[in-house]
Amino acid sequence: MSVLVYVEHAEGKFRKSAFEVVSYAKAIADQLSTGLTAVVIGNGDKAELEKLGTYGASTVLFTGNTQLSSFVNQAYASLLAEAAAKADAAIVVMTNSFSGKGLAPRLAARLGAGLVAGAVALPETGDRKFTVKRSAFSGKAFSFVTLLSDKKVITLNPNAYPATENAVTPAIEEFSPAVKESDLGTLVKEIIRASGKVSLPEAELVVSAGRGLKGPENWGMIEDLANALGAATACSKPVSDAGWRPHEEHVGQTGIAVSPNLYIAIGISGAIQHLAGVSSSKTIVVINKDPEAPFFKVADYGIVGDAFEIVPKLTEAIKAYKGI
Amino acid sequence: MKILVCMSNVPDTTTKITFTSDHKQFNAAGVQFILNPYDELALARAIELTEGGKGTVTVIHVGEASSDPTIRKALAIGADDAVRIDSPAIDAFFTASQVAAYAKDKGFDLVLTGRESIDHNGAQVPAMIGELLGIPSVSIIKKLVIDGTTGILEREIEGGKEIVHVPLPFIASCAEGVAEPKIPNMRGIMSARTKPLSVVTVTEAPVLTSIEKYETPVPRGAVKMVAADDVAKLVGLLHTEAKVI
Ligand SMILES: Cc1cc2nc3c(=O)[nH]c(=O)nc-3n(C[C@H](O)[C@H](O)[C@H](O)COP(=O)(O)OP(=O)(O)OC[C@H]3O[C@@H](n4cnc5c(N)ncnc54)[C@H](O)[C@@H]3O)c2cc1C
Ligand SMILES: Nc1ncnc2c1ncn2[C@@H]1O[C@H](COP(=O)(O)O)[C@@H](O)[C@H]1O
Repeated sequence: MSVLVYVEHAEGKFRKSAFEVVSYAKAIADQLSTGLTAVVIGNGDKAELEKLGTYGASTVLFTGNTQLSSFVNQAYASLLAEAAAKADAAIVVMTNSFSGKGLAPRLAARLGAGLVAGAVALPETGDRKFTVKRSAFSGKAFSFVTLLSDKKVITLNPNAYPATENAVTPAIEEFSPAVKESDLGTLVKEIIRASGKVSLPEAELVVSAGRGLKGPENWGMIEDLANALGAATACSKPVSDAGWRPHEEHVGQTGIAVSPNLYIAIGISGAIQHLAGVSSSKTIVVINKDPEAPFFKVADYGIVGDAFEIVPKLTEAIKAYKGI
Repeated sequence: MKILVCMSNVPDTTTKITFTSDHKQFNAAGVQFILNPYDELALARAIELTEGGKGTVTVIHVGEASSDPTIRKALAIGADDAVRIDSPAIDAFFTASQVAAYAKDKGFDLVLTGRESIDHNGAQVPAMIGELLGIPSVSIIKKLVIDGTTGILEREIEGGKEIVHVPLPFIASCAEGVAEPKIPNMRGIMSARTKPLSVVTVTEAPVLTSIEKYETPVPRGAVKMVAADDVAKLVGLLHTEAKVI
């Protein structure tokens, strides 16, 4: 019995969430006194693969099969099922990313495994039970899910578990089982990535703005602040509904749920649906001209005042602090 | 084109989430239930794709009779008929098994779901249905066009998107951008009462998970206010006290 972790990469590079999920899987393997095998699809760069050893993967399986260089969840599920069999893995872990949401349920159904989606802590394994805390009700609550099946699949939320060094020298092995034609129905025609932008679901720092900004032409100062901090930008729902900002920036109950270290909310009132998606942020700063804005009730730091005056000053202060 | 739309029945987005005193169950007393907001998008797109006699839209829900008002709302919005699998939705695999067992031999060209349900929100059911039916599944799409027998979809990824081509039949889970939600009109509301809602008995399926308990987040301490003319102080606090920059 062992633990298997599927590690995503973007154009051959691992992001922070990749090291988080390997660290998390390593901790589970340690809990169960067993080994950890990592699987990487579509990347054979040894130097990059070795990085997974730093976080505790003792074996790294990779496939360079070009049919799998873009994400096809059926084929990826088949490959992971085979890798799990090869590694005799009872537990498969991956990131609760956009792709993970498409892949983990397919794999779980294939393996007859129970799935915990969006874990936020290590499993509790006492009492011959295996229970995992996860986020539920769009961040308004947590549920503790017991997996009743022998095989188990867990997806980990970004920013929920720290990347923890635990260095081993990994055995790096190529693993390329034949791909079934019937698994290749989905064809990725094009991948479009906004360059130089911090990806919102995984961001450690987020600058978010709402209807208080009055119009899309005023987002320059939000981007300046985000750039000074190295933060991702986000917005409230009415802002993306009005087309001021793209949908993928919309956070909240019906948008992206985020849990960065720092969430700065500017000109956002703090409606319950907005708070649902952001309240698990570690630190919340609210800037609002209305001292009665509900957002102040769930904030750590607040400034009452006009965003148009405060935000540029804050950007300057951040730059001064960073010496840029 | 025959489209199946999966729907869940969830607490209204303004609901303050509370649990029974033993923390074992969601406290549904006095809670208004609604059609899951993402399922509204899936339904709206399905109606657009079949408008003008180009096909039919069936909604399916795994749940008890208490969900019927929400199912009627989906019919009022424009679904042609509805199916309710008469059982609590015990967990994601159980739910997906019910939908797959029903859909298996009905010849649906397309199955649409929401990206996730806003209560237990696992985003688990759609890809499980895909696996159980042996058809492609694409999760979290922002655009859906059907060109002949091919779906042309935009799928969300971290920091961008992918354009994906998939042959029918397939299943896709819908996010914002796929369609605008539709509001039922008077005619829709009148006709919803007479549209067929068939109740189907449950198929046996394993239960792989159980919820031990629920918790609500610990409330934050009191907010620390900083004067508007002293932003440098905020930067200092974020560095020395919160340690986030
Ligand atoms: C089904 C449903 C789902 C929803 N899901 C979401 C969701 O996922 N995410 C979400 O965000 N919302 C969601 N909403 C909408 C939500 O209820 C609120 O309407 C929305 O969050 C309000 O956005 P806002 O705070 O930007 O705007 P407003 O509520 O209009 O607030 C603007 C704020 O800006 C402040 N302000 C104005 N001018 C200035 C200035 N010069 N300087 C500083 N402050 C200023 C005002 O004091 C006010 O507090 C949902 C609603 C429904 C019905
Ligand atoms: N009880 C249910 N009956 C039918 N479809 C459901 C049910 N629960 C979830 N779904 C569908 O699956 C999607 C994702 O739900 P979930 O996996 O629960 O996050 C929802 O948006 C629905 O379209």
